Amino acid sequence: MVRKTHVATTINGEPVEFLCEARQSLLEVLRETLGLTGSKEGCNNGNCGACTVLLDGQPVDSCLVLAVEVEGAQITTIEGLSKDSRLHPIQQCFLEDAALQCGICTPGFIMSAKALLDRDPNPSEHAIRFQLAGNLCRCTGYDKIIRAVQDSAKRMAGQNK
Amino acid sequence: MNDFEFQTATTVDEAVSLLAAKGDRARVLTGGTDLIVQLRENLREADLVVDVKKIPELIQYSLTEKGLRLGAGVPCYRIYGDEAIRKAYPGLVDSARIIGGWQIQSRASIGGNLCNSSPAADSIPTLIAYNVICHIAGPEGRRTVPVAEFCTAPGRNVLKRGELLTELEFPAAARHSGGAYLRFIPRNEMDIAVVGAGAWVQLDAKGETIERARLALAAVAPTPLFLADASAALAGKPATEATFKEAAAAASAIARPINDKRGTLEYRKHLAGVLIERSLVGAVRRARGEKWDPHV
Ligand SMILES: Cc1cc2nc3c(=O)[nH]c(=O)nc-3n(C[C@H](O)[C@H](O)[C@H](O)COP(=O)(O)OP(=O)(O)OC[C@H]3O[C@@H](n4cnc5c(N)ncnc54)[C@H](O)[C@@H]3O)c2cc1C
Ligand code: FES
Ligand code: FES
Repeated sequence: MVRKTHVATTINGEPVEFLCEARQSLLEVLRETLGLTGSKEGCNNGNCGACTVLLDGQPVDSCLVLAVEVEGAQITTIEGLSKDSRLHPIQQCFLEDAALQCGICTPGFIMSAKALLDRDPNPSEHAIRFQLAGNLCRCTGYDKIIRAVQDSAKRMAGQNK
Repeated sequence: MNDFEFQTATTVDEAVSLLAAKGDRARVLTGGTDLIVQLRENLREADLVVDVKKIPELIQYSLTEKGLRLGAGVPCYRIYGDEAIRKAYPGLVDSARIIGGWQIQSRASIGGNLCNSSPAADSIPTLIAYNVICHIAGPEGRRTVPVAEFCTAPGRNVLKRGELLTELEFPAAARHSGGAYLRFIPRNEMDIAVVGAGAWVQLDAKGETIERARLALAAVAPTPLFLADASAALAGKPATEATFKEAAAAASAIARPINDKRGTLEYRKHLAGVLIERSLVGAVRRARGEKWDPHV
């Protein structure tokens, strides 16, 4: 029998408890134990960013976090972005700007974009490209993604007025 | 990935005794951006992983007139997010900003970058250029090692059974001094350095003459390389292009790189010179109080 560790954490504002093995990644537990399959596995080694979640507000690759490490942490996943079944403005802009094709990279891009816009509501194109460099897309090409982030910034600024 | 035992240490002593008990079957975990990949790909095995991110000494830093004491587990984003560090140690910030992308920087520590001891590690030339002292705790007590002596072979270093890197000590940022780090990769972000170059200089009050300098290279030898002779040769020289070119020639001459998919031996030797020259220019300009950005 493999030993399992009990972990208590907060995901998308809700207290969550689970049992996991030390070797399991946060990504694995999110998807397979907790049924939160929005975070995707692209590479499982930190290169693609499809598994990006916010850990205590910082964007991280959840494939490179051990689930046992998140005891007491605050985690936000893509599932936590929509409110009352209304999409978050970033999600809406990715749809409207056709910033996705297969969609595997999309949750990761949106989480990184959220982390960026939370800190810098009006980022330059250079800043967007630099901060999103840890997210890869092999379908869409980056221009539409960058445009969706720029449009998200405008829309969020409008909502905050 | 094989299963392992996971422990969270809250004091240095606790971490040391956990590590000492398991010897080379135990690994320290800071950001995990090297370790988790290595365990998953069976490049390393461990029976015990000790998370040290709850040890205050390892996740704090303090910047005083005596210098910077940087906890070994402090992640990159906290380093470049601190305006006082950006001002005092811009070369450290150059390194912290390019280790992986943002998600990696949220977790990756400078201590982990050093302890992983890759020949291509992007912080080590910077640490050598700034003449950093490594603080180590172990079963026999505490000791210090100059960072230029820390790495011994690819993936190997001076840490012995049960030992833990606790802090990196940067000397006080002297007046008229500046540091810079530059690397070459085929894309703009997220790749392993083909060559990396770190430079630190201290100028005279007029900003014309180099009083002291330290140069270091990554990815041109089995360990990051301190260019002791080329550094010493800069002392007393005018901070001019001719001087920078001499340092570049010395760097190319001392580099002993390998051929691999990222670059041939000849290419890397050439790059070592180019990057040492450019990082030296960056360090000199910063020492004069001018702005210099490695990314343009
Ligand atoms: C996608 C990706 C991109 C990357 N890009 C870069 C890059 O551009 N440049 C670069 O240099 N590196 C890069 N890396 C490698 C890695 O992110 C860095 O080396 C990072 O700084 C490691 O720090 P960490 O805190 O994550 O270390 P960990 O993975 O936690 O530890 C690294 C090693 O050091 C040991 N260790 C850690 N802390 C201590 C300590 N205090 N005492 C004793 N031993 C310790 C661990 O046991 C392990 O063997 C990249 C990695 C990934 C996955
Ligand atoms: S799956 Fe985590 S970075 Fe690719
Ligand atoms: S839409 Fe397919 S990877 Fe980005």
